[in-house]
Amino acid sequence: MYIGLLQIYFIVPWLASCFRQSGARVVVSARTYADFTPQATFDIKKCDLHKLEEGPPLQAMLSREEGLQYYRTMQTMRRMELKADQLYKQKIIRGFCHLYDGQEACAVGIEAGINLSDHLITAYRAHAYTLTRGGTVREIMAELTGRRGGIAKGKGGSMHMYTKNFYGGNGIVGAQVPLGAGVALACKYLGKNELCVCLYGDGAANQGQIFETYNMASLWKLPCIFICENNKYGMGTSVERAAASTDYYKRGDFIPGLRVDGMDILCVREATKFAAEHCRSGKGPILMELQTYRYHGHSMSDPGVSYRTREEIQEVRSKSDPISMLKDRMLSNNMASVEELKEIDVEVRKEIEDAAQFATTDPEPPLDDLCNHIFYNNPPMEVRGTNPWTKLKSVS
Amino acid sequence: MASLRCFLRSGKNAVSAVLRREFHRTSPAAVQVTVRDALNQAMDEELERDERVFLLGEEVAQYDGAYKISRGLWKKYGDKRIIDTPITEMGFAGIAVGAAMAGLRPICEFMTFNFSMQAIDQVINSAAKTYYMSAGLQPVPIVFRGPNGASAGVAAQHSQCFAAWYSHCPGLKVVSPWSAEDAKGLLKSAIRDDNPVVFLENELMYGVPFEMSEEAQSKDFIIPIGKAKIERQGNHVTLVSHSRMVSLCLDAAAVLAKEGIECEVINMRTIRPLDAEAIETSIMKTNHLITVEGGWPQFGVGAEILGRIMEGPAFNYLDAPAVRVTGVDIPMPYAKILEDNSIPQIKDIIFSVKKTLNV
Repeated sequence: MYIGLLQIYFIVPWLASCFRQSGARVVVSARTYADFTPQATFDIKKCDLHKLEEGPPLQAMLSREEGLQYYRTMQTMRRMELKADQLYKQKIIRGFCHLYDGQEACAVGIEAGINLSDHLITAYRAHAYTLTRGGTVREIMAELTGRRGGIAKGKGGSMHMYTKNFYGGNGIVGAQVPLGAGVALACKYLGKNELCVCLYGDGAANQGQIFETYNMASLWKLPCIFICENNKYGMGTSVERAAASTDYYKRGDFIPGLRVDGMDILCVREATKFAAEHCRSGKGPILMELQTYRYHGHSMSDPGVSYRTREEIQEVRSKSDPISMLKDRMLSNNMASVEELKEIDVEVRKEIEDAAQFATTDPEPPLDDLCNHIFYNNPPMEVRGTNPWTKLKSVS
Repeated sequence: MASLRCFLRSGKNAVSAVLRREFHRTSPAAVQVTVRDALNQAMDEELERDERVFLLGEEVAQYDGAYKISRGLWKKYGDKRIIDTPITEMGFAGIAVGAAMAGLRPICEFMTFNFSMQAIDQVINSAAKTYYMSAGLQPVPIVFRGPNGASAGVAAQHSQCFAAWYSHCPGLKVVSPWSAEDAKGLLKSAIRDDNPVVFLENELMYGVPFEMSEEAQSKDFIIPIGKAKIERQGNHVTLVSHSRMVSLCLDAAAVLAKEGIECEVINMRTIRPLDAEAIETSIMKTNHLITVEGGWPQFGVGAEILGRIMEGPAFNYLDAPAVRVTGVDIPMPYAKILEDNSIPQIKDIIFSVKKTLNV
């Protein structure tokens, strides 16, 4: 269902035919922005509810501007991750590299449902969130390649990127969840009507510390949105083999929960808005399970096909890709043109290329940064090197 | 009859020689085996030998092991003996300890020892102390194993060395193999030991091949826990090390030998109980001691060794203060240039030797 100015299809050609009749030539190929549908409403999937009377709305409004922005951001994420894949295979990125391609609707949809002044924390599949939370592609890529221009000055790497109100990037499975509730505690304590989005995966969902956190967040009514990104596999273990209950949205027990189509950005956005409203009204925590999928293996050292079939991956790609879904919606509702989206693709590609260029040419951090950042607001101190005669310097 | 292993060169292609009288001879049927395969063999043999032995951990079964150490074992032994766990260390470590208390002999794998911190209460309070607390009633025959220490580019949360932490605790045995032979012989010993053993492997060593003597290939090849090994004989300085750093010590020794400095390289093999006697005997010969480890300096393995030497008979034989070569006292950075400068390099060992010998 859509409200559109579809009569444009009729007016412009009519005008053209008028002009042709008067002998002037009219080029109709370049369409003005007035040609496009400025806004449309879409049906979205109903969320499964747990301990909730009502859920998010069943329709979502999307403006042209929003649509183009979501498209651009998701495409940027996609290309950035694929470039990271390339650089990893060239051994320019080292160590661990966990890629997010396939899950873009989650990161973009969540951010669309909250404010930048809210807080967010996630696990190690974090490049996309670093972007939505204010990081630039340049800084992210330079961090992956371990250069001084990286968002953590090259010292953190793939799993340890931070920005304002974004607490990483965490390498230990599940540990970020109590941290997120702690951030929420601070939000409530400081009374600024902010909340914390606290993400974890289906593998982490079985961690004890998460249940401890559910208990305290609920007892103390912390403004915390727990979000389980269920991409069906915890490293190489499918959800059925790891969890006695795979209804992750119900695992909060006394915490109300929603199960959301994580491949549909509008679904994610509406659910997030709903959840944010719940928290901000003082009702305490809420839990969202986003059903999503990762195209890559768990990390770059996992081919990703020993525990799932290539057919499965291909099927998700062809039927549920989040970027394709948004693109189809916009095109079939005349909210953008093929050329326009292609142009965005070209711009994104260029941005990624430039960032990769920076990331591969920026110098590595200077050696005198080695021992810095041990303590905050501390006078400079001496740090032992590899032997007693080597004394290094550390400043805050 | 004394049989001495001597002159092992650096990790890449270690040659083991059995000394008979004055003759050096390589074992006729020696083969090249990687540390990974040695560990795999050890587990395979012990699983076959004793029904009560089983392996549990993340990705150990159907994935063949995150680092492929348990490759083929699930296919061979099935679900009952090779168990994939959810990502819940505190939980499954506790389950493993409980199983050990009730008569089984579990091998509990931590994907890396960094994740063992989530379970450390079970390792220390439930496993290590129980035999004592029960005054001998309740043994806990369990092995906790996995990669320890720095890898390559895995950053701060994945690069910590836990040798000092675990070795601090009475009731635990802590083993840190270097070569393929070490890996196999010590893991078999650990599994057969009736006490909780923390078995610290090293990811960077997994793929390194070593020559394995015919003797070491046998199904009953055991290396006793608590005994160090002299990998290289020397007269001028004693280098004491464990795990991957043994390779660096041997490389440094090879360089120094060209300058006429002969290093005695001791491979600790076991951190707890510490073979202080082997170190003391060596110091009484060389009069100089340098410990080399990848972990942090404060309260580290080297610190303990130096303390023991101070308190023991070998102190009077030292011609210079004993010295520690360690990792830099910082969380592990990611960038390659920073990471390389965060752990001991061969040049650091060489530098420390020369400073100690005052040359």
